[in-house]
Amino acid sequence: MIRRASTAVLLLFVALPVLAAQLPTGQPPPGQEGYVPISQLPPSQQLPAAPFVMAAYAFIWVALIAYLWSIWRRMRMLAEEMERLERLAPRGK
Amino acid sequence: MTGRACQESAPPRLRVDVASLGGQLFTAWSIAAAVMFAAAPYVIAGAPYESTMLLLQKIFYFHVPSWIALGASLSVCGIASALYLFWDSTLADHFAVAGAELAAVFGVCGLATGSLWARKAWGVWWEWDAKLTMTLVLELVLIAYVLVRKYGGPGSEKLAAGMGMFGTVTAPFIYKSVDWWRTVHPKTSVIPTLEPSMYGPFLFCAMAFLLLFTLLLTLRVGLETARARLDRLFLDREA
Repeated sequence: MIRRASTAVLLLFVALPVLAAQLPTGQPPPGQEGYVPISQLPPSQQLPAAPFVMAAYAFIWVALIAYLWSIWRRMRMLAEEMERLERLAPRGK
Repeated sequence: MTGRACQESAPPRLRVDVASLGGQLFTAWSIAAAVMFAAAPYVIAGAPYESTMLLLQKIFYFHVPSWIALGASLSVCGIASALYLFWDSTLADHFAVAGAELAAVFGVCGLATGSLWARKAWGVWWEWDAKLTMTLVLELVLIAYVLVRKYGGPGSEKLAAGMGMFGTVTAPFIYKSVDWWRTVHPKTSVIPTLEPSMYGPFLFCAMAFLLLFTLLLTLRVGLETARARLDRLFLDREA
């Protein structure tokens, strides 16, 4: 069983480079003939800066508010635990 | 006499006054931070455009302050971790946890804003250069710290303190990496050579972030101290 498996693996290693050599290779893209100023690009290909700036600021605001909320939530849970402990504690202590 | 012993021996009236003064200071601090964050977009809009990146460069006013806040958080984490490891200070451990968590949060902010900036400026969301890769490794160390503290169980404090110190030591290398190695990221000389009209808004945003950092640190240390107290109470009850 082990001999059969090792033979199969060996065959695969030998066959792979042969198979790879027979695969059709794509032609490299033609060399660029000249630079195109960004103002001459169609609007669909331009990357406006405003959405990136807005997204960056929005991300910071959302992340910090989410973190503040997580601290507030943990504090509330801690207060609930404290109340539970007080209820469990025998009276007069 | 320790601070706690001093507080316990103080007359009740004085104790109440100190507590209310602390509360008032905290409220004033919170309002100042909120006002500064609300005003930041207007201050940034008033800053001049940079010649090559134009509007995109305005990400800088939130991106770099995020890293400054991370530096402050990491310093707290590193120093407090060392104090906890070598002097076994419980309060230092609370500061270390708070510092590591805040550093992870500010790190995420810095990485996300940097990635958005890179997409437009370099044409890619991410570049595996020295600075960016080292920063990602630091962020992973910080996340590992938080996970170890959350799920590590008893004894994880010492391991986490070692991680906190290790993470802090990497910070100067990350900062200087742009000067030492060839990288696409701007060099450290950018900030000292900023125009005064850009330096003002940058300082404003950096101050807002540092104010927020101190606020969040105070809150987080308070949370950790309360949690430790609750654990002690549970243990006392079971004993």
